[in-house]
Amino acid sequence: MSDNLLEIKNLKVHFPIRSKRLFGGTTRYVKAVDGVSFYIEKGETLGLVGESGSGKTTIGRSILRAIDPTEGQVTFKLDDQIVDLTQLQGRGLRAFRRYMQLIFQDPYASLNPRMTVRDIIAEPLVASKLAKGKEVDERVRETAALCKLNLEYLRRFPHAFSGGQRQRIGIARALISQPQFIVCDESVSALDVSIQAEVLNLLMDLQAEFGLTYLFIAHDLSVVAHISSRVAVMYLGQFVELAPTKKLFYSPRHPYTEALMSAIPKVNPDIEMTPVHLKGEIPSPVNPPPGCRFHTRCPYVQDMCRTEMPQWQEIETRHFVACHFADTLTLKGTD
Amino acid sequence: MTTEQTDWDALLEVQDLKVSFKTDEGIILAVNGVTFSVKRGQTLGIVGESGSGKSVSTKAIMQLLPRTAVVDKESSIKWHREDGEITEITQLKKTSREMRRIRGGEIGMIFQEPMSSFSPVHTIGNQIIEAVQAHGQVSKKQAREVAIDMLDKVGISNPSVRVDQYSFELSGGMRQRAMIAVALSMNPSLLIADEPTTSLDVTIQAQILELMNQLQEDLKMAIIFITHNLGVIAQVADEVEVMYLGQILERGTAKEVIHQPQHPYTRSLLRAIPRLDHIGGRLTAISGDIPSPLERPGGCPFHTRCEQVIPGVCETQIPALTRISSTHTVHCFLAE
Amino acid sequence: MTTTTTPKDKLADAVPTTDEEKLKYFTASQWQLVWWRFRRNRLGLLGAGILSVYVVILLLADFLAPYGGTTLDVEYVLGPPQVVHFWDDNGFSLRPFVYSVTTTRDPVTLAMVPTIDKSQRRYLHFFVRGEDYKYWNKRSLVSNWHLFGVDEGTIHLFGTDRMGRDIFSRVMYATRTSLTLGVTGVFIAFVMGLIMGGVSGYLGGQVDFFIQRLIELIRSVPDIPLFMGLAAALPRDWTPERVYFMITLILGFLGWTTLARRIRGKLLSLRKEDYVIAAQLAGASNARIIARHMLPSFTSYIIVDIVVSFPYMILAETALSFVGLGLRPPVISWGVLLKGAQNIQAIELAPWLFFPVLFVVFAVLGFTFLGDGLRDAADPYS
Repeated sequence: MSDNLLEIKNLKVHFPIRSKRLFGGTTRYVKAVDGVSFYIEKGETLGLVGESGSGKTTIGRSILRAIDPTEGQVTFKLDDQIVDLTQLQGRGLRAFRRYMQLIFQDPYASLNPRMTVRDIIAEPLVASKLAKGKEVDERVRETAALCKLNLEYLRRFPHAFSGGQRQRIGIARALISQPQFIVCDESVSALDVSIQAEVLNLLMDLQAEFGLTYLFIAHDLSVVAHISSRVAVMYLGQFVELAPTKKLFYSPRHPYTEALMSAIPKVNPDIEMTPVHLKGEIPSPVNPPPGCRFHTRCPYVQDMCRTEMPQWQEIETRHFVACHFADTLTLKGTD
Repeated sequence: MTTEQTDWDALLEVQDLKVSFKTDEGIILAVNGVTFSVKRGQTLGIVGESGSGKSVSTKAIMQLLPRTAVVDKESSIKWHREDGEITEITQLKKTSREMRRIRGGEIGMIFQEPMSSFSPVHTIGNQIIEAVQAHGQVSKKQAREVAIDMLDKVGISNPSVRVDQYSFELSGGMRQRAMIAVALSMNPSLLIADEPTTSLDVTIQAQILELMNQLQEDLKMAIIFITHNLGVIAQVADEVEVMYLGQILERGTAKEVIHQPQHPYTRSLLRAIPRLDHIGGRLTAISGDIPSPLERPGGCPFHTRCEQVIPGVCETQIPALTRISSTHTVHCFLAE
Repeated sequence: MTTTTTPKDKLADAVPTTDEEKLKYFTASQWQLVWWRFRRNRLGLLGAGILSVYVVILLLADFLAPYGGTTLDVEYVLGPPQVVHFWDDNGFSLRPFVYSVTTTRDPVTLAMVPTIDKSQRRYLHFFVRGEDYKYWNKRSLVSNWHLFGVDEGTIHLFGTDRMGRDIFSRVMYATRTSLTLGVTGVFIAFVMGLIMGGVSGYLGGQVDFFIQRLIELIRSVPDIPLFMGLAAALPRDWTPERVYFMITLILGFLGWTTLARRIRGKLLSLRKEDYVIAAQLAGASNARIIARHMLPSFTSYIIVDIVVSFPYMILAETALSFVGLGLRPPVISWGVLLKGAQNIQAIELAPWLFFPVLFVVFAVLGFTFLGDGLRDAADPYS
């Protein structure tokens, strides 16, 4: 596995819920991420999809240590060194930030309205003391040009710009420290359709040019399919399936994936959709169901599913599923 | 370009609707001469991005625009009532009894954010009961029965229990269903749905779309469905309108607009979205940004970004309506 | 890094043709936006105008006052204000004048009766020399210039009190004292509030818990009895200056709670803002995040809070001195002046002793209008 940039083992992120008692401690947790293991290859784009409450945003943030994981290990292969991100603290952590960055979802909230565009883009260099003086300006200009930002914009403030432009500023900021790994957290979800394409193209071009590795988190399945080489599906804090894109979309092996695929509206009025009906509602992440978490809604549920948790298995090369009946079920993909 | 005859098959006829807003920065023209009609039992899909004027147009129909909005005097919105009468909505006062009878009674509306559409301190049953009682002389008990019935119709389990719950006790999907229940409790002939599934998970979205299709069949209701998602439009709409910067650029049946788009904008939109039938192909972006309504381009609103712009023509003149078929029309010099 | 451009890609946005104004708007910093918004708020400008007058008084009290604060005019005790005239039976005069006045005690009613001698015009002169005064009590900085005065006789625009002291002059000095006391008190409250609120909001957890309980404790004690208790605890033999110092400390120490809570609240909400997380991910240290990313965001709110705290401080001092627990003569403040008016004689016979009330009212209004105007303008991004 020497081609892997990141290896995640049994990652858990539990958020404590404050007890209502006066000096109460915490007894309950929101198990946002509850035992996830996977790897991300260098230079690939791993898509991560899931519905609300799946925990996909939390995974991205905990890998970057914007949120601290409760348990588990995240190793990063920096040149020839293997660094355990969960063990980094204080100055060591700050020094490592340059290698991994985040592109936010909300272009209006992610830029400090009181800083000029030049300062916003320069921040990773200045805050981490990676460059000084003239060099900073040069690199800001280079990176801005890469993101197709007019140099005239550098002395303006964010309120001058549209959503798409702001997102490009955010991308420039993420790029300037020459990171190896970037988490795109719903980075195009808030943009208009006509602008989305532009930003997606930019992200893909930058990846091709600099060999970047992306973790692309989104809820729009078509967008994820377009940009990712492999896609992981999350449900209630756990992965249910992980496979190369076309495999996942055309021949899924997990019932939840099948349900997701059937629900995507096709841009073709001739085709009538037949979405799989999932019973009930998504359970609370505070109290996930025993056994397979999906069993309360699965159309193929059997007795075993209610009591035993399925194993995360590689049933084909690079195709992982967590389902007791992955081998026996024939599921329908999109198209 | 206004026609004075009315189409008797139509339920709603909008002619030359122009809406502007008075702001600190000046007068912004949000809707610039929009003409369309909706037939009984039909679903009209309106597709547009930010600034297209899609929401403002429908709010004008419901007279839900803020005080800073000005509807042009030449604009006309004709509503065909149940009893056969035709009402000119632009002539009604916002708070008049007639308008209130129409709004929520004959025309229902649902929005994008179900959480903010419900009062946090009233039960959802309460809100239906209030609506029912506001529109007719019914006792509280009868209204409650209607409420439970509606909640059941929209597929909410345990309606007699849910009717006494608050909106925060329901999940996103259920809240949206509840909102549909409120809107349908008065059996409207037209339902305006403004991005109703945009903030929902894809599986919930599929359920809600299915529900709406079914309710439409059962209640013979017309729907105006606003969204920016072409996939959703393809699934729900009979006819589609494509709006950009306050104008309708193209209109036709869903099949016509999606399979044979005539306007460069429609074509570009279809090329710009990722499609599952060809995963991995490069997306063709539309260059430039959507102009701010404060800086409206002259002539055809799309000319600043159009790849097939005709210099000298598109910047200065507004293209007239070109008829491609009995149902398919477009505003573009290329089609003329 | 070399840039490659594929033929299809062009610069996403051509150089926009912006005119001067738009460019100014795009490059406007936070403060410029705040100022532009504030300019349109008439009440706010009015408040600012009122307060600038006060600032002038604060700086130039000695110059503006025709007399010293303790100068006695035995001829005109408890006399009503002298009206300034521009004409009388003798004709028009460009130079304003007053009549010479005296008061004598009526032997029967024992009231003071003013006599106006209309035959004598006393012309007002500007930039006159009068009594000496020292800047900051330094013997080296002595001056005797005054804004206005009369060649002969006296001019009492606000009348005199029962010791014959010019009320106008005393109000000038009182304004200075009360305002500087307010400023000092607010400053102390601000520093304490900033530290406590900042620590509380940024560190969270146990520290936050204890500081919040402390704040609640302080706030749950009723203001006036607390003030009175603390003030009454001051030894009677302390010099006026010491008393002054202690009063400002007391006001400051009790006033920091509001500011602390605001700052804490703001910090807590800012911590979750995307751009603050972005700064963290950029490798910024905690200090840098607070100083460079968070503070600028709420500076405008804090300024509003500070401006709005002034009336509180001023009124507190006025109230304390009014009941005799705050500043005492010979220190002159609004409260001290009003204490002197605290009897039937004043209300019935010498209502001009209440002029200081107007000054208090206008000061409070000025700060309130300014504060409201600033608050509306403070978030130009909303």
